[in-house]
Amino acid sequence: MEETMVTSAKVSKPRRTKRVQISSLLASAPMAIVAIGVFVVCVGYSVVLSFTKSRLFPNFNWVGLDQYERLWGTSRWIVSVENLFLYGVLFIALCLVSGFFMAVFLDQKVRFESGFRTLFLYPYAMSLVVTGLVWQWMMEPSLGLQNVVQRMGWESFEFAPLVDPQYAIYGVLIAAVWQSSGLVMALMLAGLRGIDGEIWKAARVDGIPTWRTYLFIVLPMMRPVMITSVVLLAVGVVRVYDLIVAQTGGGPGMSTEMPAKFVIDHITARGNVGLGMAAATMMLLPVLLVIGPWIYREYVRPTKH
Amino acid sequence: MMGKKLFAATIGAGFMSASVQAADVEVIHWWTSGGEQKAVTVLAEEYNKLGNDKWVDTAVALGENARSLTMQRILGGDAPGAAQFNTSRQFEELIEEGLLLDLTPVAEKEGWKNFIRPSSILNPCMKDGGIYCVPVNIHSNQWLWTNKKVFADVGVKEPHTWEEFLTVAPKIQAAGYIPLAFGGQGWQERHVFDVVMIGMTDEKFWNSVWKDKDPKAASSDKMRKVFETFGALRQFTDAGAPGRNWNDATNMVITGKAAAQVMGDWARGEFAAAGKVAEVDYGCIPGPAKRPSLTLGGDAFIFPKSSDKNLEAAQMKLASMMLSPTIQAKFNNTKGSLPVRADVDLDVADACMKKGLALLDDPKATITPANNYITEDTNGQVQDLVSTFWNEPSMSVDTALSIFKGIIEDAE
Repeated sequence: MEETMVTSAKVSKPRRTKRVQISSLLASAPMAIVAIGVFVVCVGYSVVLSFTKSRLFPNFNWVGLDQYERLWGTSRWIVSVENLFLYGVLFIALCLVSGFFMAVFLDQKVRFESGFRTLFLYPYAMSLVVTGLVWQWMMEPSLGLQNVVQRMGWESFEFAPLVDPQYAIYGVLIAAVWQSSGLVMALMLAGLRGIDGEIWKAARVDGIPTWRTYLFIVLPMMRPVMITSVVLLAVGVVRVYDLIVAQTGGGPGMSTEMPAKFVIDHITARGNVGLGMAAATMMLLPVLLVIGPWIYREYVRPTKH
Repeated sequence: MMGKKLFAATIGAGFMSASVQAADVEVIHWWTSGGEQKAVTVLAEEYNKLGNDKWVDTAVALGENARSLTMQRILGGDAPGAAQFNTSRQFEELIEEGLLLDLTPVAEKEGWKNFIRPSSILNPCMKDGGIYCVPVNIHSNQWLWTNKKVFADVGVKEPHTWEEFLTVAPKIQAAGYIPLAFGGQGWQERHVFDVVMIGMTDEKFWNSVWKDKDPKAASSDKMRKVFETFGALRQFTDAGAPGRNWNDATNMVITGKAAAQVMGDWARGEFAAAGKVAEVDYGCIPGPAKRPSLTLGGDAFIFPKSSDKNLEAAQMKLASMMLSPTIQAKFNNTKGSLPVRADVDLDVADACMKKGLALLDDPKATITPANNYITEDTNGQVQDLVSTFWNEPSMSVDTALSIFKGIIEDAE
């Protein structure tokens, strides 16, 4: 069916298609130049620098894989990578769950829906630096939430994850989820509203409970929304930097260090661009290896039905 | 025709005069605590009084953040007019790449080399016959600040060595005070580590590690003792220490919540701002060590090169002003640091400052900070190690020593 439509279009308006192609090529040229110039060339340059002994300024004294060797022998880098995985998996999962629940809540045609929507989305309007600072204050043991609750009489209450190297990463996680789940809520709500009302009617006729309809019928239909959310959240995970700087500065010790902070610290204050670029290249690899083929499968070559 | 030319000339002249007048000198620095702010205000106000050039203040909390910002701005072609660094190797590569303004013309006219003391404080500024930075003060790091009332209350003497500290600390803790006010930020952990290191050893050992980068010294028993003592301090800090700013920790000593803090002599500015009197309300113990040594470090300003001649003139003027006798006295009195020239009178030199001055006159009691010998890259590796060791009591001294040895071995 699709094929015949495409052929008929080609047959009936061949000249117009060509013109459209040229003008669309022209229109996308700036975008292509930027994409190639900024992404391909600059990324390539970064990779090249990772094989050099560049300090604060780029140079081309080749050292082979020395920087990578030092990188993987540096405990701070290894801690950073572990943190990123832990943080990334939990962050994406928690954001999806809380975002979905908020969206479902709003989908119940509640009163003051727009008020709630603004409320839920509001944290997302706040910069990560502000988010980090606010949560740092709240989690301060002698001034923050812990102190307030203890003063109200619950003496044994403890909530100060940031001062304990074991739990600091979860403190950062709370702040991040608080900030980002509103975005997921907005996307999911749009997805829910896009579900055909007929499906709800059919489910009701069949006597399927609401929660099952959401979980087994509506959720699978929202696959594209889920993918968009995951991609957006994943991008946020890989580049997490400002939140860490504002909330913990990577501490206590190395407990909340992240790869992006490793890169920035090394290409600026520590004056070791070679090592920083080796780290940046390592950050690019999983993106290329995992997310690349996945996006290709999802978008570029849609699955056949 | 004539009228048009005249018009153009007037406009041109107007532009010219406008550009001669207004050079905004943006200054990046990390002086953000109460005492520090007062000191930097002295510089800004005095500079604005000099003429039409304006001091534009960009204060960034934490030295490492301020320095990264400066680096990024210079590399990105949006250099500030001036920026603070420590007198160290931090800006060495900026000089090598020719990105900094050579201040030789002003320096020679005013004879900087003749009056700046000690002359070693100018060393990091000089490279290939040029002078690229202005040291504005001398700071020493090795001080233990105490609250006299807390010690009197507990009934113990103030410690003068680390061994003594470890003996009195449990008693202070038992009396309900925090023995050591501590700020768990990377640089503060490193700071205490360095103070313990020089306090437990001597100048010769210090130089063999940082200057000669001798791996044997770095893994010796002396170094083991340093790590052990440093690790033993953990138990005497409070739970809220991680991430705390240094001045908040100083405030714990000022208010009598904590007994003592290891901090550089800039802490004096905080005590003074709180209206406390040296050797009456608070004590200052150099070292702590049997024979205390002080590092001669400090702050310096660099001036990025620019094509704008007016800005360049304004930068030279600022450089000259920072070293003038009146400004040196005013600024350092407020900041709690020592001036870089001997011919200014410190009328408000209190008991603590006098102690420092006496030590500075003794060449045997002064040492060069580690960051004059090692690159920021190596410095960062040491800081990461020290910070990890401090925050992970499970890390053994053996592991720490072997990592430390590796870092010193690879250092350039």
